[in-house]
Amino acid sequence: MDLNLDWGVLLQESPTGDGPYWQLLWTGAKWTVATALTGWALALLVGSIVGVMRTLPYKPLAWLGDAYVEVVRNIPLLVQLFFWFFVWPELLPREIGLWYKQDMPYPEFITAALALGWFTAARVAEQVKSGILSLPRGQKNAALALGFTLPQTYRLVVLPQAFRIVIPPLTSEFMNIFKNSAAALAIGLTELTFQMKQMVEYSNEVIVSIAAVTTIYMVMAFAVNRGMAWLERKSRIPGMIGGGR
Amino acid sequence: MIEIDKVSKWYGQFQVLTDCTTRIAKGEVVVVCGPSGSGKSTLIKCVNGLEPFQSGSILVDGTSVGAPGTNLPKLRSRVGMVFQHFELFPHLSITENLCLAQIKVLGRNADEAREKGLQLLDRVGLKAHAAKFPGQLSGGQQQRVAIARALAMDPIAMLFDEPTSALDPEMINEVLDVMTQLAAEGMTMMCVTHEMGFARRVAHRVIFMDQGQIVEDAAKDDFFGAPRSERAQQFLSKILQH
Ligand SMILES: Nc1ncnc2c1ncn2[C@@H]1O[C@H](COP(=O)(O)OP(=O)(O)OP(=O)(O)O)[C@@H](O)[C@H]1O
Ligand SMILES: [Mg+2]
Repeated sequence: MDLNLDWGVLLQESPTGDGPYWQLLWTGAKWTVATALTGWALALLVGSIVGVMRTLPYKPLAWLGDAYVEVVRNIPLLVQLFFWFFVWPELLPREIGLWYKQDMPYPEFITAALALGWFTAARVAEQVKSGILSLPRGQKNAALALGFTLPQTYRLVVLPQAFRIVIPPLTSEFMNIFKNSAAALAIGLTELTFQMKQMVEYSNEVIVSIAAVTTIYMVMAFAVNRGMAWLERKSRIPGMIGGGR
Repeated sequence: MIEIDKVSKWYGQFQVLTDCTTRIAKGEVVVVCGPSGSGKSTLIKCVNGLEPFQSGSILVDGTSVGAPGTNLPKLRSRVGMVFQHFELFPHLSITENLCLAQIKVLGRNADEAREKGLQLLDRVGLKAHAAKFPGQLSGGQQQRVAIARALAMDPIAMLFDEPTSALDPEMINEVLDVMTQLAAEGMTMMCVTHEMGFARRVAHRVIFMDQGQIVEDAAKDDFFGAPRSERAQQFLSKILQH
């Protein structure tokens, strides 16, 4: 086996006109990070709302939340990407739909962030719900008994505890959204995996291309992992299981 | 103060409470006892609207708990409740536990709330622990904080649901002492407990429940002297044996 890697290829000019190959990958990495972070912000927001809805004593809301999670979890991400790219603008009011298709800046990026966000939201909702349900029932009653309204009870008592519990599972969802963002190459977003394909095609250095991109993905995963571990440490409660003193 | 009138409650087909009627006057201390599953917790949770009930009525200081228009958070803020498992908020310090509802529900300012909270913490003998978190206190200490937290709201009545049954024996008395002192100060109290020594010393009346019904509702001396129902007699002899 001849593993004579020519890392120098990274410095060569690519024929795409985007500068040297390393710059091609750098652009890809930036789109990957932007898409994953935007999607994650949406996923956290929507996922938290849906997760809470599913625990509320109002049947229709809980049902709606359950239905959302079931539908989104059972459709492949790629199909959802195509939905947000091709179908969604048709469902919008005509004017807005036209704008979405023709004039919206960065359509691939926005579509990918939307798709990843709503997809990951279902998974976040699942975690948030089980976090809430894992709290002792008495906590909610104790808060209500003090005169807190239900929204106050969630905001001040239930969610601060539930979010601490779900930091570890959310960490893996956060890492997943970076990996899942590779699917966006299917709608033409020039993210990292898309750029890797380009580099492979033009340079013929398959192994170097894959190795470089793998390294970049691993750095991202590592950063997320460390960041979330830091958050977990910061939010640790003294005296609780696994907590500091 | 608390008027419970013909209250019935079902969980689906299963009737948990059947025609429960009693009243607790201002300053009265009433102990509720009965076998496990007899509906004691359910009844006491109906009093502050934590559990809905299907028929009958409960008035707390003249306000109907079950009526559709009732402002339940407001009513609950005036009725203190203490739980078997303390239910301090583990993510908040002891001081924050004492202050949060005062600030968010009663609208007191932070200094006022803090002063009131620390004063009550001192009263239950735990002033030194103000900066700790619930997980750093013993069960008995946590329950005393929970009582202080309820008292910080200046309640018109206090509900206790087996406040000592999750505690190690050596911690039971420190909690009962606080409750005894509270009773001596004239607090209206409804206590679900199997601490018959406490009932004998402190209660004015004892209610005995079985299978969702109030079987006996008697002055303390009558209850311990000669309970009328056979079931109460059996229960007493079992519980007093150990
Ligand atoms: N959410 C619920 N759904 C269905 N049945 C319930 C529910 N909560 C309580 N029950 C039933 O209602 C009955 C009364 O329960 P409750 O907790 O009031 O009893 P208790 O007298 O407080 O008992 P313990 O001494 O064990 O605390 C029990 O038979 C219990 O199984
Ligand atoms: Mg009970």
